[in-house]
Amino acid sequence: MIRTTPFHERTSALNQTHLWSHWSNHLAADRYQLSDKAEYFAVRNAAGIFDTSPLYKYRITGSDAERFLSGVLARDIRTCAPGQAHYTCWLDERGFVIEDGVILRLADDAYLLTSAEPNFAWFADRIGRLDARIEDVSDDFGILAVQGPRSRDLLARLVPQVAETPFFGLVQGEIGGAPVVVSRTGYSGDLGDELWVPAPDALRVWDILWESVQGQGVQPYGLAALYMLRIEAGLLLLEADFDSSRFAWNDAHRSTPIELGWSWMFRDLGADARPFVGRRALEREIADRTSRSSMRGLVVDWEDYDRVHTAVGLMPPKDHTPVVEDWLCYDDDYRQVGYATSFMYSPILQRHIAIARIRPDLARFGTKVNLEFTVDHHYEQVAAHVARLPLYNPERKTA
Amino acid sequence: MTTKTRTKTKSTAKGVRTKASNARSTRSTSRDDRTYDAIIVGGGHNGLVNGAYLAKAGLRTLILERRHLVGGAAITEELRPGFWFTTFSYALSLLRPQIIHDLELTKHGFMPLLMSSSFAPMENGDYLWLGQDRGANLQEIARHSRRDADAYEQYAHDMDMVCQAIKPIFDMVPPDLFSDDPEEFLALAQVGGIFRSMDKRTLHNFVRLATGSAADFLDDYFESEIVKGYLASSSIIGTKVGPRSQGSGLVLLFHSMGEHDGEFGAWAFHKKGNGGFTQVLARAATSFGAEIRLESPVEAVITKGGRTTGVALTDGTEFYADTVVSALDPRRTFLEMVDPRELPDDLVESIRRFRFQGTSSKVNFALDGLPEYPALPGRSDIFRGFTNIGPSIDYLERAFDEGKYGWYSSRPYIDGAIQSTIDPDMAPPGKHVMSCFIHYTPYHLRESDWDSEKENLGDTVQRTLESFFPGFSDLVLQREVVTPLHIERTVGLSEGNIFAGEFFAPQMFFFRPAPGWSQYRTPIDGYYQCGSGTHPGGCVTGGPGKLAASQILKDRARALRG
Repeated sequence: MIRTTPFHERTSALNQTHLWSHWSNHLAADRYQLSDKAEYFAVRNAAGIFDTSPLYKYRITGSDAERFLSGVLARDIRTCAPGQAHYTCWLDERGFVIEDGVILRLADDAYLLTSAEPNFAWFADRIGRLDARIEDVSDDFGILAVQGPRSRDLLARLVPQVAETPFFGLVQGEIGGAPVVVSRTGYSGDLGDELWVPAPDALRVWDILWESVQGQGVQPYGLAALYMLRIEAGLLLLEADFDSSRFAWNDAHRSTPIELGWSWMFRDLGADARPFVGRRALEREIADRTSRSSMRGLVVDWEDYDRVHTAVGLMPPKDHTPVVEDWLCYDDDYRQVGYATSFMYSPILQRHIAIARIRPDLARFGTKVNLEFTVDHHYEQVAAHVARLPLYNPERKTA
Repeated sequence: MTTKTRTKTKSTAKGVRTKASNARSTRSTSRDDRTYDAIIVGGGHNGLVNGAYLAKAGLRTLILERRHLVGGAAITEELRPGFWFTTFSYALSLLRPQIIHDLELTKHGFMPLLMSSSFAPMENGDYLWLGQDRGANLQEIARHSRRDADAYEQYAHDMDMVCQAIKPIFDMVPPDLFSDDPEEFLALAQVGGIFRSMDKRTLHNFVRLATGSAADFLDDYFESEIVKGYLASSSIIGTKVGPRSQGSGLVLLFHSMGEHDGEFGAWAFHKKGNGGFTQVLARAATSFGAEIRLESPVEAVITKGGRTTGVALTDGTEFYADTVVSALDPRRTFLEMVDPRELPDDLVESIRRFRFQGTSSKVNFALDGLPEYPALPGRSDIFRGFTNIGPSIDYLERAFDEGKYGWYSSRPYIDGAIQSTIDPDMAPPGKHVMSCFIHYTPYHLRESDWDSEKENLGDTVQRTLESFFPGFSDLVLQREVVTPLHIERTVGLSEGNIFAGEFFAPQMFFFRPAPGWSQYRTPIDGYYQCGSGTHPGGCVTGGPGKLAASQILKDRARALRG
């Protein structure tokens, strides 16, 4: 049976469209108002609130928790001090990505990990004889993402330490007597935090938060705006830009972390002797340069895009609604050089943009590729150039 | 050289000598440092666009602005602590998309925030509220007339077809009808080609709009007064026509040419208002190397032997360049910056006949909270776009009647926008700023003047708003009234015309601002025009600035080739 998040009583009152998606068997608002773009702009220009509670949440504790996690997470968790968070991933033995997630280190021996899909068994099966426990606490917390340029100042009025929290830092505080964890993380590519609230306190915390942001231009935002924000932010989406290696039918549907653009996670791999799942394969890939593609942004040439549409009498569509499918990329000799997986018109960049995998030798920023569309029911190729992700990266995000 | 110009040159030369002798050793006063490749007179949005393009092309460019801030009529001012007013121009739609890309405006903070709805209250307490959901809009229209629901779709499609067809005309330098240059013949053929490629219906719709009245055009689609009133409002903005006047169709078409992210007729509100937008332009221009000098009013353009050599400021300082571009309106460009005696008589006569007759005002409010519409209590989201007070064609036409006979409308057309609902940075939390565009308020008042009538106009507007939003006046913390006279005084737009000259067919395209002078050049070599008095016109298109730059660069390249 479909379920609701701890904030549902409030979010449903605000959802004027009555449009809901099913996300991990929870109702998640697609958009609260008729214009998803207005919600998007609220995040880019003021702040937005997104109910991200349907994520799977695991608590990992025990004196060996760090040891355990350093063996299953590909990014070295030992560099994540208490009070910090990591964006991380976990791999299979062949070095392919199973999933990604954010892990919060609350204390030396206590962590909270989020993931998009169930991973409880995968982690639990790898604890062995270590003194570590993993619990599924998915239902114990609601999570609100408060994202946008005003988010920090607004949250700091409720949890003052937020004002000082660095990017990927976290604080534990209290709102209306409820213990909350606030991490400087999010899925918008903007300044923002995520607020973990014990489920029984969810409505009380929502009310205090909502009341405190009145008159500040803050809007609740739904999945439609979220998906726009995340493409601009270069944040990958499972089952859109990559698939879990556990459930892939063949290697064409598997990705290594290097191919997904996460090589920055392994900058100190040489100095870190820690064994972890997938390590040997990862080392081989790096040494032998066997990565099949590089994750890049694509920025479509606007003149070329206009040209192919006006040539047949069409107004060039500039639809901000993200489209997730394969968009093939070619070189000038019609050889396929990659494919885009997420595509949209970015209102803030005023360009059509995409997240794409490009053959590593052509992945240099500025390289021209041709992106294939259908225009008037036939294929057209439009020039685009390869760019660094994230395509939108305001200074305030990490400031 | 004429007497007036000679006198100017003399007096300014003296000023410069004094300055130079005081600080002979400092680089800043040497003639070389005051010599540029191009000087733009006026830092309004077109001046900034023009300067940015010229600087991007490698020209040493100076933009001179009379006031303490750039933007011309596109400025945002903090008139009360925390309250930011878009004193004049207040929304963005017609900006040519190419400018955004060419000048890399997104790097400098370009942010057109979508106005996600339009609210049109009615005198009987009902309303028309349109937003971003097609199905909801059609049902909302059907509430007023079932017939008008799909008629609205047909209307929107027909308008889109016309707009898409004539868009290239909007973005081209008008061909010179009076030239024997084969290049001009080709350009003319291109214009002909645009019309030839239209289907019969689209072409005929274009002609009906370009020559006829908005009311006639709308009558063919709609029966509901509120739908017609709402749409016809775009046919009068900034222009001394009523919706039933021939010529209002053209104004309707012009406003429909605007686009937001590829959608014709959609409007946006730039972050921090249109002043926020011109600040973006200024940053872009500066990043390309243009220099902007504030509080530098230009007294005259210096000419010698039929060509320009620079400009003189009112304080006597001279700046030199062989290209000088006036971003001012045609009257100032031709009759004030240079001596009319240097110009051909027919041009001077055309400019004297060029209609300005500003008819619009602004009344801006600082509000203690959001107004409430009795039929929709507690709904603050009705204000997430324009609030259109023009409930019927009769209402608009009656408002015009008073304007026609030299007085301001007792029930004016009001295009309101509570911009702080879209951009919270415009007002303190919970408070708001409301920009109200007011029509008709003719520049020339019968038996009175705007200094006397200013506050009466403010009262009239406030009374009108109060009649739709009871309790409105109680929310008013501060009011700013900007009449055509005040627009003229502050910004320099002749007779306060917001488009730098009326949008009348005889003043457009081939004839903007005068027959034979629609290609941004002037009879004085090196002296160009790039203000909204040139094609495609006002409304923050940036088109004149861009097209003038292309013309200047073409001429320079030609001169270099020899």
